[in-house]
Amino acid sequence: MQRIIRSTIIDAPIADVWAVLRDFNSHTAWHTVVAESRIENDEPSDQIGCVRNFTLADGNQIREQLIALSDKDYISTYCILDATLPLERYVATVKLSPVTDGNRTFWHWQSTFDAPRGREAEFADLVGKGVYEAGFEGLRRYLLEGRRADAAKATPTAALQGNAMRSQFTSASSAGAMACDAVFVERHGGPEVLSYRSAYAPAPAAGEVRIRHTAIGVNYIDVYVRKGLYPLVTPPGIPGMEGAGTVIDVGAGVAHLLPGDRVAYAAPQPGAYATIRTLDASQVVRLPPTVSDITAAAVMLKGMTAEYLLTRTTRIRAGDTVLVHAAAGGAGLLLCQWAAHLGAAVIGTVSSDDKARLAREHGCAHPIVLSRTGREFDAYRFADAVMAITHGRGVEAIYDGLGQAAMEENLASLALTGHWVSYGQASGALPAIPVERLNAKSATLSRPVLFHYTADAARLRAMAANLFEMLERGRLKVHIGQRFPLSAAAEAHRAIEARGTTGCTVLLP
Amino acid sequence: MIRVYTSSVIGASADAVWARVRDFNGLPNWTPFVAESRIENGLPADKIGCVRNFKLKDGGQIREQLLMLSDYDYQCTYSILESPMGVSNYIATLKLTPITDGNRTFGEWSAEFDCSPQDERRLAEQIGQGVFQGGFDALKGYFR
Repeated sequence: MQRIIRSTIIDAPIADVWAVLRDFNSHTAWHTVVAESRIENDEPSDQIGCVRNFTLADGNQIREQLIALSDKDYISTYCILDATLPLERYVATVKLSPVTDGNRTFWHWQSTFDAPRGREAEFADLVGKGVYEAGFEGLRRYLLEGRRADAAKATPTAALQGNAMRSQFTSASSAGAMACDAVFVERHGGPEVLSYRSAYAPAPAAGEVRIRHTAIGVNYIDVYVRKGLYPLVTPPGIPGMEGAGTVIDVGAGVAHLLPGDRVAYAAPQPGAYATIRTLDASQVVRLPPTVSDITAAAVMLKGMTAEYLLTRTTRIRAGDTVLVHAAAGGAGLLLCQWAAHLGAAVIGTVSSDDKARLAREHGCAHPIVLSRTGREFDAYRFADAVMAITHGRGVEAIYDGLGQAAMEENLASLALTGHWVSYGQASGALPAIPVERLNAKSATLSRPVLFHYTADAARLRAMAANLFEMLERGRLKVHIGQRFPLSAAAEAHRAIEARGTTGCTVLLP
Repeated sequence: MIRVYTSSVIGASADAVWARVRDFNGLPNWTPFVAESRIENGLPADKIGCVRNFKLKDGGQIREQLLMLSDYDYQCTYSILESPMGVSNYIATLKLTPITDGNRTFGEWSAEFDCSPQDERRLAEQIGQGVFQGGFDALKGYFR
């Protein structure tokens, strides 16, 4: 007699997994080796003693009888009555256990049987790999498909998501490079240099992971990359710093990810504008069940940016007053909420009354609407308003993604010993600043970069965990203002460059 | 009768995790809350029936008796003889199961006990989250 045991972790609550597995006739829906199946005598599939009569994809026929089913212990036990395969005394048990630490499911599948002498290894392999391991993968995909179908129903881009889903099943197990579609920067320039065409995602090398994207985040840095202001992509090349999706496969030495895991990342190397991407696995973290793919794609970069700016570059405490520029933008809305959660009074600059309203809804107590009517210089006048709000004191910290045009006003808005954090430069690069200018207020100037903070894997995990906790506890509302199909990335770029967007922008493959 | 169940996934083989937790006298080596432990009467720590007498970092003293130890199933069952917690008929089991899909271990830690009704919620939380989850977190951290 031989005993086969396989077990895995399914990233779904036990109720969802059991709802599928307790149905003795559900295997046609989720197991790829099962071609067709029916319960004999029209009995219900949870009737103890019922018989499922099924045909495998290779033509073999099997009759199996349900001999135990427990909704209390999540156990289903069955035996083979007859089969065109020489498996004797085959009894198998599927048992689920809840992983209380993370709301996931442990699935244990074991059997005992006799195989013809000399063919034990062949049948051990057939049962262990062909049935149980393939079954784990099949159920993972089946649950994902259901989740995607739910998401598709809830969004106006249902047709696109449906396409992504179908393609996943044709090539999920092929070795080597996988065909995909991607947005290329054909040469540096305006949005028109972006083109959508076929590409390949190589098999993951050691330390790498291959991900099927379900959502991709758009950031202003993507515009800089397209224009060639940041030399990260040599045309033709693929832009995009963040995304979320499902692990297809992993290279040697990758222990923290498994095929089927829902994951997200913000990576220092561009390449996210693609249906499938292979990248350094150390940048990729697993998603908790409560954080959706779209939310993750939208906030990995901007959310971890808010995390390090507020808790690492500066250490904001209750009672501080901070100034957030572009307060209604993707990073701005997250900074406002997180700073307010830490107990800071938040002043924010925005470019319209609508954006002021949005910023206020996200914890910005004092939105300042910048004038767009006068000369360009007037667009960045805010220091007087900041001083009025703070009764002449100024702010402890400024989170500045504007750059050059706001420089003088920023210096004027700082409190004594204040901290000016320049993390972006939408209006142009900051010029050299004489150190004496800081001396005038004992001010600190930082020019931080997210990927220096995430270069250490342990710190990256901690930053992502803090972000996910803020999301799970409802302390960060993620405003996804715009969704575009991946093929319309050029339109997405036009929209964010026109300053007409609010919150986060995502691309859907 | 109250039942508490906590489970987790630890990123190491069941053999490696078991090597760390099987020593009935080894709580100070891997849990964050035990200061010191000894086995009464000089018995070996894997003799069924032996009693571990340990002191918590917060000062409490607990005596627990080993009822079952299985190197075959990676599990260990013990009862509380004396403790300041206010529980009776307390029996707990720590069980490891290999996850064949990847070099990981499924850990389950459960307990059954009686206590006064007004303490149920607090004790279930303290044991399930404080002790069991705290122990798992320490293991996960160790094998990270």
